[in-house]
Amino acid sequence: MSILRTEKLTKYFGDTHAVDHVNFTVAEGEVLALIGSNGAGKTTLVNLISGLIPADSGAILFQDADITSASVHEKIELGIARSFQLVNLFDQLTTVDNVALALFSRDGKTRKLLALADSDAAVRDEALAILKQFGLDGRARTMAGGLSQGERKLLDVAVAYALRPKLLFLDEPTSGVSTREKAPIMDIISSVVRSGGITAVIIEHDMDVVFTYCPRIVAMHQGAILADGTPDQIRNNEQVTANLLGTQGHS
Amino acid sequence: MSVSAPLSRGTLIGIAVVIVILLALPFVVEPYQTVLLSYGLVFAIAALGFNLLLGYTGLLSFGHSAYFGTGAYAVAFIVKYLKIESMEAFVVGGILASAVVAAVFGFVCVRYTRIFFGILTLALSQVLWSLAFKFFWVTGGTDGLRVPTPTLLGGAVRMPAGAAGDKQDFLSHRYYYYVLALFLICVAVMWVIVHSPFGKALQAIRDNETRAEFVGVQVRHYRWVAFLISGAFTGLAGALWVPLNGLTTPDILHWQFSGEMVFFTVLGGFQTFLGPVVGAIVFNYLKTFAVGYTVYWQMLLGVVLVVLVLVLPSGIVGTVNRLGPRLRREPAA
Repeated sequence: MSILRTEKLTKYFGDTHAVDHVNFTVAEGEVLALIGSNGAGKTTLVNLISGLIPADSGAILFQDADITSASVHEKIELGIARSFQLVNLFDQLTTVDNVALALFSRDGKTRKLLALADSDAAVRDEALAILKQFGLDGRARTMAGGLSQGERKLLDVAVAYALRPKLLFLDEPTSGVSTREKAPIMDIISSVVRSGGITAVIIEHDMDVVFTYCPRIVAMHQGAILADGTPDQIRNNEQVTANLLGTQGHS
Repeated sequence: MSVSAPLSRGTLIGIAVVIVILLALPFVVEPYQTVLLSYGLVFAIAALGFNLLLGYTGLLSFGHSAYFGTGAYAVAFIVKYLKIESMEAFVVGGILASAVVAAVFGFVCVRYTRIFFGILTLALSQVLWSLAFKFFWVTGGTDGLRVPTPTLLGGAVRMPAGAAGDKQDFLSHRYYYYVLALFLICVAVMWVIVHSPFGKALQAIRDNETRAEFVGVQVRHYRWVAFLISGAFTGLAGALWVPLNGLTTPDILHWQFSGEMVFFTVLGGFQTFLGPVVGAIVFNYLKTFAVGYTVYWQMLLGVVLVVLVLVLPSGIVGTVNRLGPRLRREPAA
């Protein structure tokens, strides 16, 4: 059963067909990778689905409901969350406050004006528990702006995860971190996503990460879907090899 | 500006000491000094409101004179048209009027950020200034509107009639305590607001608007609410200011006064909670001194502002917070 479906989803930037009549389906509970070279349309597709930019035409269906025109806020309430390619955090808030804010928002508590945030023990405990899942509990009181790049990437995902999404988009969760850090970061993310029963779409350039952690891979090229299959099918797909894997030096 | 740090024992003791000093002041210093401090406390309330936008939401308003002036004119209209001289009516009227104006202006302004926001706030405040300037049959024009010394606490406290010099005594004692009480309430309320989940949402918007949107914070709505609260605090300050001044004129709606609010917030340090409070009080003394010292007082204040931005970009409190721990670590000579 699909949790998300796009029908002929299209976005043009001038003459550039960033996303061109894309029919994209995500099954409930799966972890899939969205791959493609720079400019293939991966991030634009996620931006369209998450509501960051409006579509020119086509439809987005989430659990069979049309959400094409829904606001970001409405999509989050439905259970769609995302992290960002360039880490987007609240740098002058502590690590625990970054997660706590997402929890307050999820529970509709950000409207509370005359209650101290720190006195909400339930939110505080849950925020700390989430940080522990992501291995960041030791950095709870550190300002987000003072974290290492790897920690920032994890916190970025943790903030999205705190919204308890049904569908989570992770835009290059290991970009900008050292090769040594990639596997531990993906181990944590993969474990949290699977234990939470979350459907995840991971945009990733590192093919080792993709083939290791994602049972299904969708390859995009020039705004369209080029191939869709298991890691073995993608590895052996001539078009993908010619257009993507070959140029990325992956054997 | 961490919202997680609870008040330490040392901070609480410091606050208690400051409150005791403020309470004892009218018995120690000249009445003029107490009145001067009352002005400072009033401006500090405005600064608290102003900084909810600048320090916590990341919006620099150049039009907060509009809400201060609305509070002041609301009081003058209550006196002129309703013949009421109760300070409680002034406070309620000032807050309500400024909140209404802030709600309308904010609805327009929060659609924009950065320079566009600043220009819009400035332009709208100048609209109010020109209305106060031109509609003289309502506002008194440049002559302004006089406001008598009010009664306090539902008429229980009032200025004794007849005796000469009573007004100074009333303003430097009873009215000072009234202002001080409201100032302390405002500090407490604003402290809770900025440490509330709502306050966290504002700080999130300030740090990263896009991400705030993607954790479910409705950015424009929250900015509008912050604008409204900020306007209400500033309006309250205007309502408390006008009995001290005895008169309100269009000058208080002019953008130059908005500039002064920016000045004293930067002077104290907008990245700290108490910075704008300290800045407002220090600025008030600084301006009073400069005006008495030279006719070129504006130039003097301008030089201070330039030096401040270059040498103390984090303001007085920001600098103390930064240097304090370093100085404490210095070995004794």
